[in-house]
Order: sequence, then C-alpha cells, then structure tokens
Amino acid sequence: MRRRSRLRVAQIFVLLLAVFVFLGASDEARFNSLGHRMMCTCGCGQILLECNHVGCQSSDKMRNELMAGLDRGDNDDLILQGFVQNYGPTVIAAPTTTGFNRVAWVMPFLALALGVGFVVVLVREWKKRPAPALADGISIPPNNELDALRERARKETDL
Amino acid sequence: MSPMSALGSFALVMALALASYSFVAGMISLVWRDPRAPRLGETARRAGIATFAAVLLAAGVLVTAAFQDDFSIAYILQHSNRDLPGPYKFAVLWSGQEGSLLFWSLLLAGYGFVLRVRHETDQRLFAHASVVIAAVQVFFLLLLNQAARPFSIMQGPIRADGNGLNPLLQYPEMVIHPPMLYLGYVGFTVPFAFALGALIMRYPGEKWIHITRRWTMVTWCFLMIGIFLGAHWAYSVLGWGGYWGWDPVENASLMPWLTGTAFLHSVMMQEKRGMLKVWNMVLVFLTFVLCLVGTFLTRSGVISSVHAFAQSAIGDWFEYFIALTLAVCAFFLALNFSHLKSEHKLESVVSRESSFLFNNLLLLVACFTVFWGTWFPLLSEFFQGHKVTVGPPFFNRVVIPIGLILLLLTAVGPLLAWRKTSLESVTRNFLFPAIGSLVIGVAMIVLGVRPWESATWYYATMGILSGLLLLFLITAIGRLTSRNVSLEKIGKKLLFPVAGALASGLLLMMLGIHPSEDPSLFFAIMGAILAFLVIFTVASEFLRGGRVIAEKTNQNILGAMLHLYHRNMRRYGGYVVHFGVALVAIGILGGAFNKDVEKEMGFGDQVTLGPYTLVCQSYTQESNPNFDNEWAIINVFRRGKQVTTLYPERRFYHASGQPQTLPRIYPSVREDMFLVTDLYLVYEGRNETTGRPIIKAHLNPLVPWIWVGLIVMVFGTITALIPNAAPARVTVPARVESPVHVGAGD
Repeated sequence: MRRRSRLRVAQIFVLLLAVFVFLGASDEARFNSLGHRMMCTCGCGQILLECNHVGCQSSDKMRNELMAGLDRGDNDDLILQGFVQNYGPTVIAAPTTTGFNRVAWVMPFLALALGVGFVVVLVREWKKRPAPALADGISIPPNNELDALRERARKETDL
Repeated sequence: MSPMSALGSFALVMALALASYSFVAGMISLVWRDPRAPRLGETARRAGIATFAAVLLAAGVLVTAAFQDDFSIAYILQHSNRDLPGPYKFAVLWSGQEGSLLFWSLLLAGYGFVLRVRHETDQRLFAHASVVIAAVQVFFLLLLNQAARPFSIMQGPIRADGNGLNPLLQYPEMVIHPPMLYLGYVGFTVPFAFALGALIMRYPGEKWIHITRRWTMVTWCFLMIGIFLGAHWAYSVLGWGGYWGWDPVENASLMPWLTGTAFLHSVMMQEKRGMLKVWNMVLVFLTFVLCLVGTFLTRSGVISSVHAFAQSAIGDWFEYFIALTLAVCAFFLALNFSHLKSEHKLESVVSRESSFLFNNLLLLVACFTVFWGTWFPLLSEFFQGHKVTVGPPFFNRVVIPIGLILLLLTAVGPLLAWRKTSLESVTRNFLFPAIGSLVIGVAMIVLGVRPWESATWYYATMGILSGLLLLFLITAIGRLTSRNVSLEKIGKKLLFPVAGALASGLLLMMLGIHPSEDPSLFFAIMGAILAFLVIFTVASEFLRGGRVIAEKTNQNILGAMLHLYHRNMRRYGGYVVHFGVALVAIGILGGAFNKDVEKEMGFGDQVTLGPYTLVCQSYTQESNPNFDNEWAIINVFRRGKQVTTLYPERRFYHASGQPQTLPRIYPSVREDMFLVTDLYLVYEGRNETTGRPIIKAHLNPLVPWIWVGLIVMVFGTITALIPNAAPARVTVPARVESPVHVGAGD
C-alpha cells in the first residue's frame, strides 16, 4: 500500500514537472517566426526572411507589411490571413491546419501509427509461430542455458 | 547537318540498335530451349558491351562540340559560350536536359559494361540482369533519339556565341556533384536488374543478395556523396545561408537514398535468418522506381522547383515507363511469390530482427513523408482548386521527429543481439552511453538551450504527452521490479501507453492543437542527446570488443580495436557509418542556433555578429570576358584581433545575363561552445542610391560537422566493402554442448 502511494506521488510529481517545464510561453521573436512561415513571392522559392535578393521588391514590401501587422497588435492568424488575401495561399510556407490542408499534416503520422501497428502485429504473429522441427536426437537446452550459450557465442565471435 | 551532329546522332542510333538487340536476343536466349541459345546469349552480352562504346562516342562528340564552340548544335548554343572555362565546357554534358539524359545513358551503359564483363561470377543470373539493364537502356536511348535529341541542329545562320552555362553551375563542385548523384541514381538500376532477374529465374539461394548488397552499397555511397555535395554547393553558392531547402529536386534524391538505406539493413535479415525475402525485393524495386520518379521530377517540370528544367514532353515518356516498370515488378512478384516464402520466426520482441523491422518502418515513413510533401501541392490543386506551398516548416516539423526516433534506433539497434537480448545485456551495454548522453542534454540546458522559453501549445502538448509516457513507464517498472523482470514484459507494458500517447498526439493535432511555435530548440536538444547516444554506443562497442582482443593478444587497446575492425570490416564499418550519421545530426541541429545580420557597409563601417566584428575595408568591381563582378573586402575581428579577411562576391555573367552570389565562409574552430562555427558572408548587391554594398552575415554553428560526417560515412562504407582479414586462431577450443545455431554480430 505504501509502495503504491509512493508510486502515485512520483507519478503526480512527474506530470506536474513535465507540464511546468514545457509551459511558459513568450511572444518574443514573432517577426522572425512569422517571417519563416511565409515564402517570398518574387519567384526565388525562398522563405521570406531568407530571400537574399537586394532590391527584391516582394520581400522588402512583405517584411514591411509584416512589421506593420505586428505594430498594430494583430495576432499571428490575422497577419497570416492578411498575407493569404494579398498574395494567395502559396505565400504560406506550409499547409495550414484547416480543411483539406489538415490531411497534409495528419497523413505522415497516420502512416507512422499504421506502420507501427502493422509491425507490432507482425512481430506478435511471428513470435507465436512454432519453432522449426528439430532433427532426431537434437534437443534445445532450457532458456537460461541457451542465453548463456548465446552470450558466449557473441563474445567469441567478437574476436 | 554538321559533321559532329551527324556523328553524334549516328552513335545514338547505333546505341539504340545494339541495346535493342541485347534486350531481344538476350530474352530469347533465356527462354529458348535450344543448344544454340547460349551462343545467342553471348551475342546479346557483346552487343550490350558495344552499347557502351556507342554511347561513349555520342557523349564524347557532345563534349568535343562544346570545346569546339559548335553553335550549330542547339544544345551547345543553349548551354555554352566561347569564354566558358574548360572544366565547365566538360560540365555542359549534364547542364541541360538532353545532355543529362545522355549522361544517364552513358553511366548506365558503363554499369552495364562492368556487369557484362564480370558475367563469369554467375552466368545465368548475370544474363538475366543484363536483359533488364538492356530494357532500361532501350528506354533512355529511345528518349535520346526521339524526344530529347542532344544533336538537334539550329535553324538559320549559326550564331557567333552561345547563351552560356547557368551561372549557378559555374562552380567547381558542380563538375563533381551531378556525376556523383547520377552514379547513385543510375547505379540503382544494377541491384534492380539483379533482383528482377533473380525473381524471374526463381534464383535458388541467397547468392544474388550478396552480389546485390555490394552493388547497392557502392551506389548508395555515390548517391549519398551526390546529395551532400549538392547541399554543400547550395551552401556555397546560393547565398541564403542554408544547405537544404526541401526543394522537390532535393527531395527526389533523398527518397531513393532512404529506401536504399532500408534495404541495406533489411538485407541482413535475409542473409542471417532467411527472412523478409519479399520485402527486400519490394525495397529494391521501390528504390529504382523512386530513382525514375526523381529523374521525372527534374525533367518534366510537373512540380515547380528551382532546380527543375523547363516543362517538356518527356514527362509522358517517364510516366509510361514508371507504370510499365511497376506493372512488370508486380507481375513477377505475383507469379513467383511462392519462391520467396520464408520462415518468419521471432524468438523475442527485443532482438536485432525487431530493431531492423522498426528501422525499415521509420525509413519508409520518412520516405513517404518526403514523397507526400513533395506531391501534396498537386493533390491540393486537384481537391481544392489551388496549390499550396509545402516548404521547410512542414518538412522540419514532420521529418525531424522521425529522424530523431531513427537516431534512437541507430544507437539501440547495434546493441541488440540476433534472436534474443537479455535485460542484463542491454543494461550492461546501454547504461554508460545513456548516462553520457543525458549529461550532454543537461549540459546544454545549463549552457542556455531552453526550448520552453519560446514555446506555447506545442511544448504544453509535448509536456503532457511526455508526462503521460513517464507515468506509464514508472507504473510499468514499479509493477515489474518485484517480479521476474524481462524486457519482453516491459515491452508489453509499454506497448499500449506508447500507442496511446501516439494516438493522443494525433488526435490533438486533428483537433487543431499543433506545433505553432518554432520547435527547433527542442529538436536540437533531443538531437544532441540522441546523436551522442549513438557516438557513445559506437565507442562502447569498439571498446568492448577491443578489450576482449587486447586480453587475448596482449596488444594495446588502440591496436586491438584496429585488429577488431580488420576482423569484421562490415560490422565495424557499419558502426563507423553510424558515427558519421551522428556527426551529421550534430551539424544539422546547429541550425537552431543560427544568427544573422544585414547591413549596408561603406568604407570603415562595422557590424557585430556573435563574437565577431566585421569591418568593411573596401569594395570594388572588375570585369573579364566571362563575367563582371563586384566584391567587398571585409576584415573579421574577434576580441579586437583580426582573424581573417573575407571577399564576398557577386557576379554578372555576360552570355546568360544572370547574376550569381558567391558567399565567403570562415570556418572557425573552438570559438565558442559549439566548437566549430561558420561565419558566412554574402555580398547581396549595392544600394543603387548610395553605391555601397549590402552585406549579410550569418553565424552558422556546427555546420562543418555535416561535411566531416559525410567523410566518416564514406570511409565507413568503403571499409564495409573490404573483405575481412583472415580469421583469428582460437587457441582454446570452445566446447559446444548443443548444436544450436546462434547468430551474432553484424
């Protein structure tokens, strides 16, 4: 009983610690963050803040617009929405998480989850299969002896 | 028609005729039950060899035409000019669509030549592989003779000078990068040919897999060098301070490399345990198809990319050929499926076999993600009526987490034994590397790498998920500590919590709680921990084996480790590759700490970036027949002492009328906590009003580790290809009490 309660305390402590450690947001570097979430529209194919064309009218203008949006106190979504209205949906460097675009984000993780599930099922199936039949006169030693033999073989084949 | 054009065209027609003969005659000789069949097969083999001579002649003619400034040939007019330096005239061969397809054919013919000359190894298998290669050759030669002719003639009067080579390609690495990449792309045809040949002939035994593995390693290594050279070129020429932009063409080269890596791991399951025969076949097929898809992406213009050539009709040809290849592979897989049946029996979930299964899964998911992100704009256009951009933010968020799990497996996998691993063994082998890597993580936090300082929902979500995982972990371990503990039991206990956490993560993302902030610091700290875990596990494997050798042979530990390496080149070469992967990961995670500054700089103006003060000493301009250039002279000071002078430059090429940026890089050692940092200066141009240069300076920590990592990986791959030294004499014979087959190593 005491053991279980100690375990519960440890669990609660870990959960609180994790939430505390990972929370604590700040709005610093929003310009940098938003500027890296948009593309320059001059055709260079670069992230807005990485476009290095001197006199590139697109990126200079867009940076100014971004700065103006931040100065107005607009939130991130509003700023991005404004850019989409002005420059079209391709201005956002990654698919949004709304509507059909959500599929872009979900599919890789879905593939991973399905793949993990498939491999787990496969491994379980393969593990359930009976061992190949042994020839007459051959016997397999018990597990601990077998492990010892494996360990020995491993050490010796390291040579 | 000019004589050069006529000779080149004739060589290509001859090459097509020879390849076609090699394919048809080779195929007939394999199915014809007649005593004359072997002779016919020999003529097919020789025709295949002769194809190489014909394609080599065609390529030689094109290069000669470039050197002779034969602007009657349209390709030379479009991709060369009189003042182009010699080495770049050679590079004209692969600078345009027609030439690069000719280069593809040349390399394929070269690989075919080597394969056909070495046919004595296994005549029947090599004959099948030769037919498959001939079929691929016919496709590319048909393209060159019909849709993308490199020797087309310009109509009207011959122009005095050509349009010139793309300025971005006028860089020394561009003379090496495409050939390496192509050696990789084209080289995967050989494993494909062996795999399909072995499947068609129902090849008995695993010999084909041994042959294929070596070819795959060579090809994989070339592709890897090509990818990294491309990244280094982008870093050195494009001037945006990065090396990987997740451009569709970059992605196209990464995909076959990922599946090739999966194959190089899973093939060991077939060699050691006779497992995954179908899967290995599928991986080889998939890798080849992805090479074709990559070439299709680059050539068709179906997806916009800074690398892609203009949209052209050859996209249709590739679509048909890819469909045909898939159909042929599927047909023979279905036909001979029974031949590939293998006894899949796992003794334990915690074993090398399981780690390879998960390694393959992660590599395939990474490949799928890259494929998905590359093609999603088209999918979006189809379903939503407009394209969306799938750029670095998407790939960094999705691929990097998968890469981190792969790093974990890279560390853990080699410590697991074939068939079954005991808890004691894992604890013994893993304890010190795990402690060492956690110390690195804590040290990073102490030094100021604190991801939670700039995060919102993302880290809250991650925190809750991590907390839940730890909760279950504590519960599982707590419940097991008083009982008979085994890894299997722990694995079983963790299965559902881990699956639950993944499902919760997925659900949260679907509900719109997603990473909205930059997670790069979080990835960096995790990446560092895992990369060092890999390094420590590799080191511990060397030390453990070295100690055994040292005890038996009375050598010092370094000599013993060298001895160990020589005794099992493949295994320890693989570990060295893993070490290289860890170094590359360290180089990549440095991106989280990048800084930059941009300033218009007149004489004597200065700007500070990190520990450096940059002072503009002067700026000037020059002109030569090939280009005009402007550059600045920037003195770099650190703690008041001048450490170097850099000359960032911008060129303007006369023939093509295009500009090019040439950044200058100062890689410094032991400047700060990162050990190695690149100071990267870009001359962005001049302010038209003031005439003064605008300089952008980047501070890119750890980037040089990427290039060091590549060298280590190449070294590891080469050594893994070298046969082992002679077996050591065991002076004390082992008394084996039971004839149980026990696998070890690799």
